[in-house]
Amino acid sequence: MKSNKYIKLLSAPYIIWAVAFIIIPLVMVFYYGLTDKDGAFTFANVLNISRPEHFKSLYLALILALISTVICMLLAYPLALILSGMKTKNDHLIVFIFILPMWMNFLLRTMAWQTLLENDGVINNVLSFLHLPTLHIINTPAAIVFGMIYNFLPFMILPLYNVISKIDVNVLNAARDLGANPVQTLTRIILPLSVPGIISGITMVFVPSLTTFVVSEMLGGSKILLIGNVIEQEFTQNSNWNLGSGLSIVLMVFIIISMVVTSIYDKEGEGNAL
Amino acid sequence: MSKHLIDLQNISKSYGSNLVLDEMNLYIRENEFLTLLGPSGCGKTTTLRIIGGFESPDVGKVIFDGTDITKLAPNKRQLNTVFQKYALFTHMTIAENIAFGLKIKKKSKSYIDDKIKYALKLVNLEDYGNRYPESLSGGQQQRIAIARAIVNEPKVLLLDEPLGALDLKLRQDMQYELIRLKKELGITFIYVTHDQEEALTMSDTIVVMNQGYIQQIGTPEMIYNEPENAFVADFIGDSNIISSTMIRDELVEILGVKFPCVDKDFGENKPVDVVIRPEDVEMTVIPENVTDEEIAAANDPSKYGRIQGVVTHLIFKGVHYEMEVMANGFEWLVHSTSMFAVGQKVGINVDPFNIQIMNKPESEDEEAVGVEE
Repeated sequence: MKSNKYIKLLSAPYIIWAVAFIIIPLVMVFYYGLTDKDGAFTFANVLNISRPEHFKSLYLALILALISTVICMLLAYPLALILSGMKTKNDHLIVFIFILPMWMNFLLRTMAWQTLLENDGVINNVLSFLHLPTLHIINTPAAIVFGMIYNFLPFMILPLYNVISKIDVNVLNAARDLGANPVQTLTRIILPLSVPGIISGITMVFVPSLTTFVVSEMLGGSKILLIGNVIEQEFTQNSNWNLGSGLSIVLMVFIIISMVVTSIYDKEGEGNAL
Repeated sequence: MSKHLIDLQNISKSYGSNLVLDEMNLYIRENEFLTLLGPSGCGKTTTLRIIGGFESPDVGKVIFDGTDITKLAPNKRQLNTVFQKYALFTHMTIAENIAFGLKIKKKSKSYIDDKIKYALKLVNLEDYGNRYPESLSGGQQQRIAIARAIVNEPKVLLLDEPLGALDLKLRQDMQYELIRLKKELGITFIYVTHDQEEALTMSDTIVVMNQGYIQQIGTPEMIYNEPENAFVADFIGDSNIISSTMIRDELVEILGVKFPCVDKDFGENKPVDVVIRPEDVEMTVIPENVTDEEIAAANDPSKYGRIQGVVTHLIFKGVHYEMEVMANGFEWLVHSTSMFAVGQKVGINVDPFNIQIMNKPESEDEEAVGVEE
């Protein structure tokens, strides 16, 4: 009984933290989002998403986030497979190298891509030196996808590697023993067993990609507005907190939908690889 | 029973600088229950993995039913493995686990359903088809692993310490279960274990291995009663291993006392190792008032024994008493259904048939064999 009381006491700071920095801000978002400037209740801010320019930026953000999530998955899964199959001490080192960029500042990393992709940037300089046609990448959706993949790939690699490397090698041997060839072992054993990692990876890449405004601003040259940029501008430039909050609620709904959809594929509901 | 189903020819395997198997030759007959027995690191599991196709030997050939399968992938071999920690597919039901191999082979649904039913009945888990592996106990999971392997009708079932994770009682039950399965299926079992009791209980043939070498191949009785060297004697059951001298045929000097024995052809005055099982040491009580002269004068060794000693330790083991007796500078291990108190003076005698003579190991290398568990 007594220890139970102490445990409650110990959890107090976290409860205060959660209330102050998560619950209250959320309540405020909902308050501003569902009221007008005079404080009267309204759905107008939320419904504002149906305006063509807002709808377009949400649609574009969804498409780009989807593309970068798929590409991250296609890049990370084979890597995680190879690394967990190596069974050497080096696999940790290689994982470390791949997640090393996470230690650098997010803005710096994205600025580096700016210099790389610019019209007279590093990549085009190399291309023209080799007498190859130069590319116009900066300020296109492709540049934004580049930035998203580069920034969020580690979040896909880590959960996948964690889950796949924990699969008992004898389970794979058993599949082979029962007649499965390497492809069948992959599709019938490794893939289903790595679903929790896939779910984690998708969530951790798709959500930040969907909500980012830094990547799109720096690599999209503020010409391409994603929903994140629209919300940011409502708060900072237009000082319209009500509209910004209303659009945030719409974005939250999409995030919740995406998480529900992915967890449907996770029978056990154990999307806790990380 | 006579046909060689599997032939291992000249197999060597090393990991880095560590030689695990050294020019191993072994054949396995059809319908045999063969056990590879030895301490960890002796090469028994590597041998099994080479037969299963999960390792390839550096040198040598694996012949299966007359065909060289050394380089054949595991999914193309006509044998199935039961792994140490069950290795069930946790994302599938028990029925789906059992059906896995058959689905890969594209068998019809009715055939698969019949097989699942048959296999679950065989391992006494008929109602478990729709459950998931984690809801089953260790013993049940192991039986499912066996069911999953045998529905594929392999010619050989490889078992890699399948009972290692189970508790004692369950392990004994599963031993009977395995013997029954073997009889019902009529296929070859190759079984790997470090548990000598398991090996003695179930096997037709035991292959005792140590440090990459086969130490002895034989029936459980042969291995137990006539161990070929000190390692086998020590590894299989408890034993007294005493450095002795073979005086001539049928006479051996143990701890300075001559014992008649039945072994011949070791030469004269040759140093040998003698193995005496603790249950074969016969003891008689020597009353306090009997003098050394009377003992020396007694002609009948069954009266005061050939060697005299004092009981130093006594433990009750259930079926028998385990005692240690200090006699002529050697601590004898004795198992007896009669109790001899600590401090009791006793006479020790051994029947000639129960004295097992072994050649001393020749090189330093072989002498280094030790039992590690």
